[in-house]
Amino acid sequence: MRAKAANWLGERIDLNAVRELIEHKTVPVHSATRWYYFGGITLFLFAIQVITGILLMLYYRPTVSEAFESVRFIMTRVEFGWLIRSIHSWSANLLIFVAFVHMFSVVFTHAYRPPRELTWLTGIVLLGLMLFFGFSGYLLPWNQISYFATKVGTDVAASAPLIGPAIARFLRGGEDVGAPTLTRFFAFHVIILPLATMALIALHILLVQQNGMSTPPWLTASSVRQMRFFPNFFLRELMVWYCALAVLGALAAIFPWELGEKADSFASAPAGIRPEWYFLAQFYTLKLIPSHVWVFEGEILGILGFGLLAAFWVVLPFWGVDRAGAARARLVTGVGVLLASYLATFTVLGYVK
Amino acid sequence: MRPPVIFLFLLVPLFLLAEGTTKNTCLDCHSVLDGRAQRPALLVKNDVHTASGLSCSDCHGGDRTSDDPGGSMNPAKGFIGKPARKAIPKLCARCHSNPDFMRKFRPQQRVDQYELYQTSIHGKRLASGDENVATCIDCHSVHDIRAVKDPAAPVYPLRLPETCAHCHSDRQKMAKYGIPTNQFDEYRNSVHWNALKIRGDLSAPNCASCHGNHGAKPPQVESVAAVCGNCHVLFAQLYQKSVHEPIFSAASGGGGCIVCHSNHGIRQPTTAMLDGPKAVCSQCHDPGTPGANVAAQMAKWIDGLDSALKHSESVLARADKYGMEVSEAQVRLGDGRENLVKARLALHSFEPEQMKKPIEAGMAIANETLRASQDALHEKDVRRMGLAVSVIFIGITILAIWVLIRRIESNDAYRSGANAPAPK
Repeated sequence: MRAKAANWLGERIDLNAVRELIEHKTVPVHSATRWYYFGGITLFLFAIQVITGILLMLYYRPTVSEAFESVRFIMTRVEFGWLIRSIHSWSANLLIFVAFVHMFSVVFTHAYRPPRELTWLTGIVLLGLMLFFGFSGYLLPWNQISYFATKVGTDVAASAPLIGPAIARFLRGGEDVGAPTLTRFFAFHVIILPLATMALIALHILLVQQNGMSTPPWLTASSVRQMRFFPNFFLRELMVWYCALAVLGALAAIFPWELGEKADSFASAPAGIRPEWYFLAQFYTLKLIPSHVWVFEGEILGILGFGLLAAFWVVLPFWGVDRAGAARARLVTGVGVLLASYLATFTVLGYVK
Repeated sequence: MRPPVIFLFLLVPLFLLAEGTTKNTCLDCHSVLDGRAQRPALLVKNDVHTASGLSCSDCHGGDRTSDDPGGSMNPAKGFIGKPARKAIPKLCARCHSNPDFMRKFRPQQRVDQYELYQTSIHGKRLASGDENVATCIDCHSVHDIRAVKDPAAPVYPLRLPETCAHCHSDRQKMAKYGIPTNQFDEYRNSVHWNALKIRGDLSAPNCASCHGNHGAKPPQVESVAAVCGNCHVLFAQLYQKSVHEPIFSAASGGGGCIVCHSNHGIRQPTTAMLDGPKAVCSQCHDPGTPGANVAAQMAKWIDGLDSALKHSESVLARADKYGMEVSEAQVRLGDGRENLVKARLALHSFEPEQMKKPIEAGMAIANETLRASQDALHEKDVRRMGLAVSVIFIGITILAIWVLIRRIESNDAYRSGANAPAPK
């Protein structure tokens, strides 16, 4: 029966490429193999986001007068609505955390080396899209915290030199955060970003398949043992996904994502308003920069600094290798450690202070 | 071409003229004197009149531009020295009762203070020759008179009670009038003091809110309810139509609201005022009489609703602490509290039937929110149970996958790597 079905399908679609992939794809087995799982976890969490996001869309209404009420309806009246929304929110945060871990694992195993520059670039763009996913999704419940956090976020964007005000106006759909902002953020969150992300994920995975899994430079690729991707590695990855699912379920059941109070544009901003944790390091840095540094405005200088740092980081595959294509391991590891330490320390400081 | 130097001398009279308008020899001398004579010169810097461009001679007369004390304090130039106490209200009224003059400085300010003062107990006694009573300077201070809205002014709402108490708590001063001196002590234990001084609510009643300021007079029996009703409008309306109104109005020693709530020391009303050993109702209604029974019933209703709402609130808070979404029930609980307020208000009609409606509505809400909070707590337990079951299933699945991996790898000699395809 199975063979019959496979034959029927094979006559209509050329499955040789898939069969080839299943039979021959391997994963190197060494001390850093565990870091390979993080790409898969990121993909798994993104799939969770897509599924829960679609379910939420069945009830969510993206208008200022109905957004908050519809989310409250989901949380209180819809069967398992609380679970879907809590998993969506927790999964979004875990996804960004895991994406960062995945990025730094690539840095510390120097997997960005030629010919994997495009894999790195697509990955970095995907991380940026994830951050934008988080930023746009945060506003959608239209509660007090999200409203003012979006105000703070778009204010920061507005202070960027030259194009800042235009970006802020584009994001807000006007001079301030309001009904047009919610409509725009909804469109970004459910149409534009998912389409862009799925296309890039497809490209990212295709590049990974084409170039194979990278082996750290301190190992000789030919002498490293290989594990079959199907079923050996895939089953292990499946175990990790199940663990992630258990963690998500536990977080959603024990700490359901709170709804807060409905946004009121006339109310004063809640005390200690700050953005989501993944923007805290930048936010805290901007707070520390004096209002004027020499003849420059401190905030503009800070944003320029972040822009330069981001650009420097995007082109890592080009400055992180020598002419022969070998990793400048010490330099890149040093910069990676510095960046990871900065992000971790300033995120904690931004949260505590 | 340079202007001739002689023109500079033409400017000298202008300087002299300018000096003449701002010169104040009173301050020049008094600021270097000692003790009491120096005090006005120091205080006047903070005076609202100084800020408006007035000077010593505007009240005391004399010539402030004269360097000679004999000239500056010359009675022929209107110098009156320290005004007689009895003359102070009239002296202040020269400007403060003159709308044309006041319009230059404070167009919105009233100009009837002196007229009101004359109708007050203070004004009447002063007119009859009693200089012991309050005049303008006793409340507003002298030489450092500040605007009422200035927080440092003695008549600023937050400071007014202490200002009145300065005289009214002085037993010696009040002895000859035979009026008590415990008003301030009582007021300090009242809900109004709490609102004014503890919460800093400037709209909370101070002495002047009930007694008036310039026309200060104690409210009489017939006007007490009207005075309290200025703020407690609905309470006063119900009371005016109640069975108690004619009875209380006829009572001696102050009627109206005072009968139950007292005057200066008004405490937070509780149901102990209705029923129990300290019940104010028992002053007239003996235990066991229909009136006392109705009061006890009202107390029971209010206590019942209050405790039902509090219980519901505490269970809701527990559910909220566990992260359950109970905001709708919390809003609904607010409606329940509103009904409690309505019931307390309806009490002032002294008709149980009027109280029944808000009490029943409030109880229905309390039960509804209690059910919602209990459901939320039950839901929390169900979620955790569901989590535990899911984790067990996930654990079993992970274990099954692990066994499967072991079985596969024991067969395909994965460990030796012999069966693995060569790397690309």
